[in-house]
Amino acid sequence: MFAYILKRLFYALPIALSVTVVSFMLVYLAPGDPLNAIAPADAPADVIEALKSAYGLDRPVPVQYGLWLWRALQGDLGTSIASGRSVVSEVFSAVGNTLLLAGIASGLGVLVGCVLGALAGYKHGGGVDRAATALSVVGVSIPHYWLGLVLTIIFSTWLGWFPAMGAGPGGSTDWSWDWEHVRYLVLPSVTLSVIPMGIITRTVRALVADMLAQEFVVALRARGLGGMAVFRHVAKNTAPTVLAVAGLQVGYLMGGSILVETVFAWPGTGFLLNTAIFQRDMPLLQGTLLVLCMFFVGLNLLVDIVQPLIDPRMGRG
Amino acid sequence: MTQTLALSAVTQPSQNTIPNRSYWHVVARQLRQEPVAMVSAVVLLLIVCAALFAPWLAPADPFKASMLKRLMPVGSPGYLLGTDELGRDMLTRLMYGGRLSLLMGVVPVFAAFFIGTSLGLLSGYVGGRVNMVIMRVLDVFYAFPSVLLAVAISGALGPGMSNSLIALTLVFVPQVVRVAESVTTQVRKLDYIEAARMSGAGSFSIIRVHVLGNVLGPVFVYATGLLSVSMILASGLSFLGLGVKPPEPEWGLMLNTLRSAIYSSPLLAALPGAFIFITSIAFNLLADGVRSAMDIRR
Repeated sequence: MFAYILKRLFYALPIALSVTVVSFMLVYLAPGDPLNAIAPADAPADVIEALKSAYGLDRPVPVQYGLWLWRALQGDLGTSIASGRSVVSEVFSAVGNTLLLAGIASGLGVLVGCVLGALAGYKHGGGVDRAATALSVVGVSIPHYWLGLVLTIIFSTWLGWFPAMGAGPGGSTDWSWDWEHVRYLVLPSVTLSVIPMGIITRTVRALVADMLAQEFVVALRARGLGGMAVFRHVAKNTAPTVLAVAGLQVGYLMGGSILVETVFAWPGTGFLLNTAIFQRDMPLLQGTLLVLCMFFVGLNLLVDIVQPLIDPRMGRG
Repeated sequence: MTQTLALSAVTQPSQNTIPNRSYWHVVARQLRQEPVAMVSAVVLLLIVCAALFAPWLAPADPFKASMLKRLMPVGSPGYLLGTDELGRDMLTRLMYGGRLSLLMGVVPVFAAFFIGTSLGLLSGYVGGRVNMVIMRVLDVFYAFPSVLLAVAISGALGPGMSNSLIALTLVFVPQVVRVAESVTTQVRKLDYIEAARMSGAGSFSIIRVHVLGNVLGPVFVYATGLLSVSMILASGLSFLGLGVKPPEPEWGLMLNTLRSAIYSSPLLAALPGAFIFITSIAFNLLADGVRSAMDIRR
């Protein structure tokens, strides 16, 4: 087991390293000089030279990358051009909000998806199955930014139950677990939960239906095991796959929340990315992307490590 | 899932035992017997036609604004679906909007289909170091959540339609390569490929005659499944302001510009998104139909 974890860590390292390369190189995808965003077009040559050396842009690209990586490892992602504050502090307050939203949404989506999928798998071909299947198709087909708008119209404009945007009363960004704040979380998290809900429902339904048709289940039943006992076996056998799919989905939500955050003006990384892109704030873009992707890599690693704990067969492979 | 999908599809074409009927004939006949898929196909056809023939069908000019007729409700006389925030006819703009939305949704999938299949064939057929290099490089893309990757690339390239197309293609290529590569690797080891090589066939003709037929099926199924994702993502990029630029009509962009009207005219504000949804669900249901129609052994 220990060797397995070490092996996984070893596999994750090159991936993490290449993520840093891609995040860093993104700046060079952009047309024009990265300085364009900082310096006015008519800046004199000596000012541009001074800026270049201040940002380290006068050195060769690999050296720039090395320096950037070295500083990033020490927790310094540079200074945001748009706000003048350190990228790390900006990113971490936003990442907290995004993780909160994505966490609640994926919890909700996975829970509902598992229940619906299991029910549908058990009642294969019945009314519940058809309803769950329809719901999962809608879940994976709906543009979630539009669903957010529709939910806002219904529950905020018409019914007035939940606020339409922000993350706290009076535009405050300090989160706390009281109803005044949680109200703001309801619509965005329900909106976001629809994506994993659809996919998990689909996966669980197929897995459960597949499992119930297998010989070992027939054998268990023939031995006189009751419904609950059989279900425990089914659940144990489907868990690793569901976990893998769910883990991937949680990760996707961290990126997928960008659009939903924009709809609800949620102060997360989506908002930060928007600022970074439209103000051509490259350090902020690099930093946000890097931190989000590191979370994603870490999450995948976690799933890889937890899986053999549930299903020991995987650890040996 | 792609793994099992690919596995189940490898041997299909050769299992076709119905005389004088090609594999695709059987698939088409099977597909015609799936009511949901056929309804989706008709809906898609209607949307595509409305978009394609917009210049002849649309009742008004999509760019003609009117300050007096802003945000007229759905069902107003002369404006069947109302007017937008600049007083332009909604029905017209929705029809024209379909052109760009469909284009931006479909083109990346097509591009990824061609690039991904070629790379996957190359990687799977040549194998060895080439395979390792290609697949490891593509693994890096899997370290990024797809929406984040699309937003980051098109954000770095700068807003604009062609940049969004590039970004979306880059997001889909690695996925298609994985499917194509895994099927190619499986097929390559089969006896009849060996036999073809022994009888003197060159690599190119082996790929063209013997491998491609097996690979296209699974990749095709995978790509049809991507269409709805691509539609949602493409319109999403425009919604963020990264794709199509105003005043060009596009569903995602229209959804964005009408957001300020969700309090005064909610129905109108939700309309462009409904079209994205209908198109995307129709693509999904049709893809499901194609998938089960191609699974002939069932």
